[in-house]
Amino acid sequence: MKTKGNVWIFIEQEGGKIADVSLELVCKGTELAQKLGVASEAVILGDKLDGKFDSLFHYGCATVYQVEDKALEPFTVLPYAQALVKLLKQHKPNILLFGATLKGRELAPRVASEMMCGLTADCTDLQIDDFEDKVNKVSYKDKLMQIRPAFGGNIIATIVNTWEDPQMVTVREGVMKLTAPDASKKGKVVKVTPELSAEAKVMKVIERVRKPKTVDLKKASIIVAGGYGVGTKENFKLIEQLAEALGGQVAASRAAVDAGWINHDYQVGQTGVTVRPKLYIACGISGSVQHVAGMNESAKIIAINNDPGAPIFSVAHYGIVGELNDVVPKLIKAFKAKV
Amino acid sequence: MKRQLMVFVKQVPDTKNISGEAMTPEGTVNRSALPAIFNPEDLNALELGLQLKERYNFKVTVATMGPPNAAEVLRECLYRGADEAILITDRAFAGADTLATSYALSCCANAVGNVDLILCGRQAIDGDTAQVGPQIAEKLNIPQIAYVEEVMSLSAKAIKAKRAIEGGYEIIESPLPVLLTVIDANEPRSASAKGIMKFKKAKTRSEIHKLMRDADYTDAQALADKENEMKAKNLWIHEWDAAKIQADVNRIGLKGSPTKVKKIESVVLKAGKVVSIEPTEAGINGLIRELIEDHTLG
Repeated sequence: MKTKGNVWIFIEQEGGKIADVSLELVCKGTELAQKLGVASEAVILGDKLDGKFDSLFHYGCATVYQVEDKALEPFTVLPYAQALVKLLKQHKPNILLFGATLKGRELAPRVASEMMCGLTADCTDLQIDDFEDKVNKVSYKDKLMQIRPAFGGNIIATIVNTWEDPQMVTVREGVMKLTAPDASKKGKVVKVTPELSAEAKVMKVIERVRKPKTVDLKKASIIVAGGYGVGTKENFKLIEQLAEALGGQVAASRAAVDAGWINHDYQVGQTGVTVRPKLYIACGISGSVQHVAGMNESAKIIAINNDPGAPIFSVAHYGIVGELNDVVPKLIKAFKAKV
Repeated sequence: MKRQLMVFVKQVPDTKNISGEAMTPEGTVNRSALPAIFNPEDLNALELGLQLKERYNFKVTVATMGPPNAAEVLRECLYRGADEAILITDRAFAGADTLATSYALSCCANAVGNVDLILCGRQAIDGDTAQVGPQIAEKLNIPQIAYVEEVMSLSAKAIKAKRAIEGGYEIIESPLPVLLTVIDANEPRSASAKGIMKFKKAKTRSEIHKLMRDADYTDAQALADKENEMKAKNLWIHEWDAAKIQADVNRIGLKGSPTKVKKIESVVLKAGKVVSIEPTEAGINGLIRELIEDHTLG
């Protein structure tokens, strides 16, 4: 019997800084690798990466493939796909994980298409289990269960890739938990020169404007989030005042982001960030499945909404039916009086 | 001959209102049980295509893969200014995942031929995968620019486009042909009244045959005459099957799909054990006290 390939994690970096989601996936990938009795290995692409990725070993990687070429910085999809496909064909990993970032979601499908393998987007859980394809009467052992919401979050589907390995998925930031790093852990570095073709270098980045993310919702222990029910941009200040008073962080539902009251960095939910704070206060958020998917593991949830039938109340620990303009100032006043 | 661009669009179930009855026991969705809408970001892709038509005199061909009634989104495209429409439909396409779908769409693009630009919406709201665009590009072995906001310039051989990146944007240049996936960064135009007046009569062959049958005109000559009349009036929606686009039957539909659905579960929000707090000062003071006592706050 042929031996199983390893678990690979595609490491996303920007200017040498590794994306949080990649570290989260190293933790999850290491757990999956242990279950399968194989190694977890990372692949990082870019230019001049020496000394930039020790953290990958600390979180559990046994090997890092360091792929360097001038054409890999900054990211463009063609050289990344070509370099990655070459490595996959050579090393035949069993599983390959990507962050469901803009880069990950652009690169992974291109790679999966060329490898002729399946790809599942935005997984919220990954497990190892056997799979019986009843239609074609084939049994598979130790496959990756790729669990994801579908149809606007109304259903949860478990998907299996039955063709060639690797079994490929993308996962959103914040969904997988970081385990404690061990700074004493070391691993093997394999330097790779990708030998890119001229066709892979036809795209040019002419201008690039980036503002670093101003907020890290995942680190906040108290989150005050506003939704469509806040009503106006002006009213959103109320949310900010409550957050400030409680020493918390402002966040929003997609509806508030779409309304232009706050930018996407602050969005909690399936297409935003997944958070698990000590306290989550949902203000004027109706509680769509997409939003709830990103916050229902919060330790305590307070919902404030003027509609007693809002679904948010079914996931909340405390529910206040009332107007934000009335309830929020009372919360601020009560907290200030007690502290 | 005019330069040509293609827009791939999709008719999607309105995923905001799904009931359990809309699911089949096999875990696939019974789409006929849901209202069908034009996938929102595909309207942005169409809008960009129509703007390029106006700026650079392109011929705009739209195509969709779906059941016969997906012709409706193609008519919506014609109302807005698309020049030609293709419905890719065949039972053999059913059950396709993103790999099998992108293969079929790439066959369609090849069958159309000489396309400088292919536009798709970034993602469809039924799956939210954003995979089909990049996979079509790979199948055609052409570059892709994902998350496009606008086209800055276009020459005979190259394009410059502005696209979203994490925390910002970049201007990227690519040779043609290229595939763009388009995000919600323009205002899609509405169907024009004139467009509707003319193109509500645009039909596929299946639709024409059904109309004729219903009216008891079934002889072959009558059908052929009607078809020719529709083509002459530019009211013809092409209907292409797997053979017409020369698709390998092993690479389409369920057979061509590496991913299998093991299980489908409906999302159930956890049962409500919510403590109701009165919106009064006393109620809220009590809540804050409780949260301070259990060290959630303070």
